[in-house]
Amino acid sequence: MNDALDVALRLLVVFVVFLTFPLIVGQTEHKVMAHMQGRLGPMYAGGFHGWAQLIADGVKFAQKEDVVPAGADRRVFQLAPAVALLPYLLVLLAIPIGPSEGAVGQVLDAGVFFVLAVMGVGVLGSLMAGWASANKFSLLGGLRTAAQLLAYELPMLLAAASVAMAAGTVSLPGILHAFHWWWVPWQIVGAVVFFVAGLAELQRPPFDMPVADSEIIFGAYTEYTGLRFALFLLSEYAGIVVLCGLTTVLFLGGWHGPWGADGLGWVWTLLKAAILAFVVIWLRVTYPRLREDQLQKLSWTLLVPLSLAQIALTGIVKVVIS
Amino acid sequence: MRLASSLNPAAAQHGFLSPTGVEIAFLLVGLVTFGAALVTVTTRQLVHAALWLVVALGGLAVEYLLLTAEFIAWVQVLIYVGSVVVLLLFGLMLTKAPIGRSPDADSGNRWAALTVAVAAAVALVWVVVDAFRATWIDLDGPPAGTTRVTGESLFRHWVLPFEALSVLLLAALVGAIVLSRKATADADASGPTAGPTAGAAAGPGATSGPKATADTPVARPGEKEGAR
Repeated sequence: MNDALDVALRLLVVFVVFLTFPLIVGQTEHKVMAHMQGRLGPMYAGGFHGWAQLIADGVKFAQKEDVVPAGADRRVFQLAPAVALLPYLLVLLAIPIGPSEGAVGQVLDAGVFFVLAVMGVGVLGSLMAGWASANKFSLLGGLRTAAQLLAYELPMLLAAASVAMAAGTVSLPGILHAFHWWWVPWQIVGAVVFFVAGLAELQRPPFDMPVADSEIIFGAYTEYTGLRFALFLLSEYAGIVVLCGLTTVLFLGGWHGPWGADGLGWVWTLLKAAILAFVVIWLRVTYPRLREDQLQKLSWTLLVPLSLAQIALTGIVKVVIS
Repeated sequence: MRLASSLNPAAAQHGFLSPTGVEIAFLLVGLVTFGAALVTVTTRQLVHAALWLVVALGGLAVEYLLLTAEFIAWVQVLIYVGSVVVLLLFGLMLTKAPIGRSPDADSGNRWAALTVAVAAAVALVWVVVDAFRATWIDLDGPPAGTTRVTGESLFRHWVLPFEALSVLLLAALVGAIVLSRKATADADASGPTAGPTAGAAAGPGATSGPKATADTPVARPGEKEGAR
C-alpha cells in the first residue's frame, strides 16, 4: 500500500510539474519578448501584469470548434496531438532535480537512452499531423520536420554519449553523482551542440523552418484548431522545459552549486533550467530563421564534427586521468 | 531472450509457463505486437502501415522491458521508432502518400513472402533455442540486461563481431553515398530535372522544390544509418 501511495504521489507531482512549468515558460516568453521588443505584452488578464493571459488563452482554445478537414484521415489527425505531447510527460519522469531518492520520478538504469529515445517519438506526432491534414502546406511542414529530426538527432546523441563516457554511466542521477565542476569547461562544446540540436528538434526559432509561418502558414499544424492546436503548442513548451532540464542535468551539474548542496539542490536545478529557458526565448527574439539548406548544413558540417571532436577529447582526458 | 525469462527467479518458483503477472503481460503485449505486425503487412493504406509498424516495434520494446533488458528496449525505441520509422514516413511523404486506400498496394508474391517469413521465423526460433539451451544465467550478479552487463558482454566477449558489424555498416554508408552521387550525376547529364520525386511532393510549393533537390535528402538517410 505504501509503495502504491509512493508511486501515485510521484506521478501526481510529475503531472503537476508537466501542467504548470510549460505555462510558466509561456508566460515568461510573452513578457521577455515584449520587453526585448520595447512593448508591454499582456497586461490586463488577471490584473497583475497579465499573469492569467495563458489561462484565458486556454479557455479560448477550449471553446473553439474542433474542426477536422473533410479530406483528412480522421483518426490519425485526431491522434497526432497526443503522440506529440505524451512523450514529454514520460521524459519528465526521469529527470532528477535533487540528490535525494525522492527528487526524481523514477531512477532509470539507462536514463540517457530513455530520454533521448522518448523525445524522438514526439516528432512522430508532427509527422502524423502533417500527413493526415490533407493539406500541401502541412505535408511540407511534415517533410521538413522529418528532415530536421534526422539531421539533429545524431549530434544530440553523440553529445550525450560524451557525458555518459565521462561519467561512466548512462543513468541521469549517476551522471550527476559523478559530476565535478571542471566538467563544465571540459564538456562545453558538447553542451552547446546538445542545446542547439535540442532547439532544432523542438523546432524553436531560429530552427522553426517546419512551421515557418511566412512560407507554409503553420506547417504541420495548419489545419488544427481549438484544443488540439493548444496541445501542440503545449508540447512545444513542455519540450523547452524538458530540454532545459536535460541540458542542466547532463552538462551544468544539476543540483551541484557553490553552496547549499544539502537540501537546496533542487533550487540550483530549477535556477539553471530557468536561465536556459530564458536563453531559448532570447534566441527566438534575436535570431532570424535559418533556411532549410542552412539548417542541414549546420548540422552535418558543424555540429556532427564538433560532437565527434568532443567525444575524442572526452576519451583522451578520461584515459589520461584514470 | 525467451529462455532468459523462463529461467528468471519468479518463473523458477512457479514452474514453466505458470501464469505470473509478468508472463501474462508478456503474452498480451506479444499478441498486440503480433496483431499490429499483421495489420502492417495487410493494410492497403500506406502510411497506416508505417504507423502500425510503430505499434509493432514499440510492442517489441515493451517485451524487452518485461524481460528486464532495459538497455536494449530503449535502444529499440531510439533506433527503430525514432529514426527508422521517421525515415520511412519521410520517404513515403517525399514520393506519394495518398490518404485512403491504394488499390495497387498489393503484391502477387504474397504466398512466396509468407513462405519466406515462416521459414525465417522457424529458423530463428530454432537457432536461438538451440544456441541457448545449455546456457546458465547467473542470478547472483547484477541483473542481466542492465547497461553495465550488456556493455561488458558486448565489449569483452563479443567485441570482434561488434567491430566487424561496424565495418559492414561503414561499407553500407560508403555504398549509399556512391550510389546517390552516381544517380545525381546521371540525372544532371540527362536533364535539369534532377529530382522528379521531390518536385512532385512539393507540388505548388515551388520555392521548396529546388531547395529540396539541392539538399540531396537521398544521401542523408544513408549517412545516418551508416553512422549508427
